[in-house]
Amino acid sequence: MSISVIGLSKHYGTQKAVDAITFSANKGRILGFLGPNGAGKSTTMKMLAGYLQPSSGTATLCGFDVQQQSMQVKRIMGYLPEQTPLYTDMYVKEFLLFVANTYGLKDAKKKVEQTIADVGLNDEQFKKIAMLSKGYKQRVGLAQAIIHDPQVLILDEPTSGLDPNQLIEIRALIRKLGKNITVILSTHIMQEVEAVCDDVIIINKGKIVANASIETLKKEQQLDSLEDIFRKLTS
Amino acid sequence: MYAVFKREIFSLLNSLMAYITIGVFLLAAGLLLWFFPDTSILDYGYAELIGFFSLAPFLFMFLIPAITMRSFAEERREGTYILLATRPLTEWQILIGKCLACLLLVLFALLPTLIYYISIYQLAMPKGNVDAGAIIGSYIGLLFLGASFTAIGIFCSSLTKNQVVAFAISVFICFLAYSGFDALAKIDALKSLEGSFIFLSINEHYQSISRGVLDTRDAVYFISVVAVFLFLTHFILEGRKW
Repeated sequence: MSISVIGLSKHYGTQKAVDAITFSANKGRILGFLGPNGAGKSTTMKMLAGYLQPSSGTATLCGFDVQQQSMQVKRIMGYLPEQTPLYTDMYVKEFLLFVANTYGLKDAKKKVEQTIADVGLNDEQFKKIAMLSKGYKQRVGLAQAIIHDPQVLILDEPTSGLDPNQLIEIRALIRKLGKNITVILSTHIMQEVEAVCDDVIIINKGKIVANASIETLKKEQQLDSLEDIFRKLTS
Repeated sequence: MYAVFKREIFSLLNSLMAYITIGVFLLAAGLLLWFFPDTSILDYGYAELIGFFSLAPFLFMFLIPAITMRSFAEERREGTYILLATRPLTEWQILIGKCLACLLLVLFALLPTLIYYISIYQLAMPKGNVDAGAIIGSYIGLLFLGASFTAIGIFCSSLTKNQVVAFAISVFICFLAYSGFDALAKIDALKSLEGSFIFLSINEHYQSISRGVLDTRDAVYFISVVAVFLFLTHFILEGRKW
């Protein structure tokens, strides 16, 4: 199991953003993380990425504990944060080179070129990040998450703000990546889950309300569309 | 660490802010030292840079916070700190990378002032009759001072996401550390602590190095000031809630 989360919680004062969730994800499968706004999706992902300290519980990625072995975890994990923060004063290529250098990659230049080609940034690679449109910024965000060939990829709303063409391209890219590694992505677009994911976890108010593959979930709930299942479980 | 350092230098050199502050620093130093009659070396009549070295700390008090204010405050505001925090970098590597980048910029600001030395060297009577030891000492003192102010500025930048607030707090702390302790030492009621206050004053140690005497006590003092503020910053970064 490449992601294993046991009893993970995050409290802010008395408010429980994430309440003792337990789940696991396997290599070669794409896990969709669903939930209404404020359900605790981003908080969970930040904890998986080692950015937030959990209040209790543990998370391990590929056998490395996120808290205790954070350096090893960060080396094998790629993370695209929500809203894609980027250094907008840098050029695309330069930024990716900086990211490659923080991992100490050997052929940093070659790797940057390859990643630029992978995410389809060829025409924009000499522009300043500030000049890019939302969709291209999103690609830069994706590029910085995959440049070091991570074993685990954590994507927080990777397709927000993309146009339909870009949406299809990015989804195809995520599916391609998901064949060999573990991908966990959050979204609230149901069509996306059906198009990309193998398994789904639905969380509501910090608690997991469903955790199964898409087919099993549909059988269990005896509903045909994920949208209905989502509404039934979270409202 | 080198990657962070490189990025910081790049981003500092890419912003107008750095050029303006360095420009203002050099302009102010140049005007006060060579042009304004009250403080001009030409009117003063001695081939010395004492005027520059007593003025520089006060210019640094504004220059350095202006350079350091963005280092963490901007990352916080833009939410980009997450990009650094989720890389295989320790907080120390991030911190020291940023600190060294700011210090290098301070060095850039200081380099053109070597022209002052060449000028008074040429002007001295007979030519070359200057106290080189004191000037080298003063430059070293200025570097130590710059390093301390940089550490203070970086620390203040980590406290807030507002650059102006970071600037204001660090100017204040720099001022306090530079001459606040001297002022405290002069208060009658605290007479018994006079010695310790004077020992804590940056000014005192700076003056001591400026005489051209390199005392390990002064070096240790400056290194400790830098270390204290770096540790404080590290503490803030570890407990971050943003």
